[in-house]
Amino acid sequence: MKANNMKKFLLALLFAPLTAFANGAALHLDKAPDVQGDKAALQNGAKTFVNYCLNCHGASYVRYNRLTELGLTEQQVKENLMFTAEKIGEPMRVAARPSEQKQWFGATPPDLSLIARSRASEDGSGADWLYTYLRSFYRDPNRPTGWNNAIFENVGMPHVLWQLQGQQTQNHESHKLELSVPGKLTAAEYDKQIVDLVGFMVWMAEPNAGFRKQLGMGVLAFLIVLFGFAYMLKKEYWKDIK
Amino acid sequence: MATDTHYEKYKSDGSLQGNALEWFDARFPATSMWRGHLSEYYAPKNFNFWYYFGSLAMLVLVLQIVTGIFLVMHYKPDASLNANGIPVAFASVEYIMRDVSWGWLIRYMHSTGASAFFIVVYMHMFRGMLYGSYRQPRELIWVFGTLIFLCLMAEAFMGYLLPWGQMSFWGAQVIVNLFSAIPLIGDPLSLWIRGDFVVGDATLNRFFSFHVIAVPLVLLGLVAAHILALHEVGSNNPDGVEIKKKKDANGVPLDGIAFHPYYSVKDIVGVVVFLIVFSSIVFFAPEGGGYFLEYNNFIPADPLKTPPHIAPVWYFTPYYSLLRAMVWPILGIDAKFWGVVAMGAGVVILAFLPWLDRSPVKSIRYRGPIFKTLLVIFVISFFILGFLGTKPPSYAFFDVIPGAPIAQILSAYYFLYFLTMPWWSKIDKYKPEPERVTFK
Repeated sequence: MKANNMKKFLLALLFAPLTAFANGAALHLDKAPDVQGDKAALQNGAKTFVNYCLNCHGASYVRYNRLTELGLTEQQVKENLMFTAEKIGEPMRVAARPSEQKQWFGATPPDLSLIARSRASEDGSGADWLYTYLRSFYRDPNRPTGWNNAIFENVGMPHVLWQLQGQQTQNHESHKLELSVPGKLTAAEYDKQIVDLVGFMVWMAEPNAGFRKQLGMGVLAFLIVLFGFAYMLKKEYWKDIK
Repeated sequence: MATDTHYEKYKSDGSLQGNALEWFDARFPATSMWRGHLSEYYAPKNFNFWYYFGSLAMLVLVLQIVTGIFLVMHYKPDASLNANGIPVAFASVEYIMRDVSWGWLIRYMHSTGASAFFIVVYMHMFRGMLYGSYRQPRELIWVFGTLIFLCLMAEAFMGYLLPWGQMSFWGAQVIVNLFSAIPLIGDPLSLWIRGDFVVGDATLNRFFSFHVIAVPLVLLGLVAAHILALHEVGSNNPDGVEIKKKKDANGVPLDGIAFHPYYSVKDIVGVVVFLIVFSSIVFFAPEGGGYFLEYNNFIPADPLKTPPHIAPVWYFTPYYSLLRAMVWPILGIDAKFWGVVAMGAGVVILAFLPWLDRSPVKSIRYRGPIFKTLLVIFVISFFILGFLGTKPPSYAFFDVIPGAPIAQILSAYYFLYFLTMPWWSKIDKYKPEPERVTFK
């Protein structure tokens, strides 16, 4: 091998992605649409979250006044999204006691602040997992809650959104989920509801993510300009070196 | 080069600043340090791409120290649960991410910096292997470098416990438990390291102390020693020939150029390129696809819930593979013990490289096919070992080729590469080295 080819080969090796071979036994997850730019969707997701999730799950790193970043005023947050005696600067805590919850469900419901980040895996993003999970509950008479989940076997949580989605059952042959009792929403409406809810949970997992990317563009633009100057400075000095 | 010249002390031109500088220089080696290490430190003019990584490692070290100082202002090493049932340490990291002004940026710089440090240092070490930078008279620089690498591993390992997530906790649990496999002293030793029967508050606090004080102090000392030793003997270069053999009338090497301004301005270009890559990760992919921040680490540490798969962070995985490759209880001692020995030996053996290499030339440019072939295989196997280290031992390539025996073969190769080097480096073919460095 010539020295030059060798160099290229070694460089290629160094930058070869480690993920070249993915492992099998993957969960099939549906892709969650990204609604981070859609304030109305995130507000709707926040509404679903405080109405359905926050009764059992806390979001203890997220302060209520942070919700103003979704285009709401503090007054709107107080009137529509706060049902207890908390103050606007306080985090979204849960009223239930963890020890009691453990007795009821077999496990303490986890804090959901970071759930959209912790559920990411090789199979898909955390959003994909949540989007699939919240649409995969089915009726299972063998479970204490009467509910099971296709991607989270023997889950402790009952299907909290069943009135919206209706009731699914698992087909014994195909193992596919089928809607046996319709809910208040059509399948498409329910999916959209979940898209918004998942969108809110993604936002909540890292409220700074939008600003982070915006700032990143600025930083990169600055560095690219700086590279031009640094390169010219180097050329200027090095022109004497023969 | 730093000490074989006696620099004249600064003479004032009669101005106030001049007088002050003269007073200062008479009492402190300011002029001689500036000239000896920067403006009259002559480095070979033919440095290439690979020579950016030394200065970049310095940059990342500074970044880690500065961001670390600010993180310590808000981080709390406390494993007890807060009012919401979340460990205080874990919650304090999220507090930094959400409520501390610019805390998210500082934290992402620090977490990305850890991975960047290893990328840069691995490249820097590989440069040494390409061009024989560890050869006489630079053996000591290399030995200091290996110690820096060892310190860096300790620093990263202990720092990784601090966010107190599931991977922090279980990673530390697995690694500290390995020490219990040492005969006789194993159990008391691992107890002594943890300060408790499980990884707990005592462990978190001592790791915090080591991570922010003890190891950085040692690291800074070793980095100073590494650079002082380098400036004593002078830098190697991609041709592996000594520039000090050909000097002009003033004793300046013909192929040497002053570090400042030539390499200071060149390294600035490297720094900007590095910052572009670094910022791309910090601002657009701080999780590094789950390799820089593991997804499981967004779950608070739970001593009662073992994750199904515990993987160390990517920079440890080649060595973790060496550890897992040992599955035989040799001499009746637990295989785990031999795993620890293999992992330790994998790092320590690097320090012996200067004495294992018997080739008459230093640089890959003038070395023969045996070296090139074996080095390429070494790099590939290091990558595969790293990849397999992120996977459970049951992993199979394409679901058919089992990973574990491959990791064992490649681990054997890792050691054989070094241990047989005295033999194959001698019988290889060589091209004659040039008198002077090649410069386009």
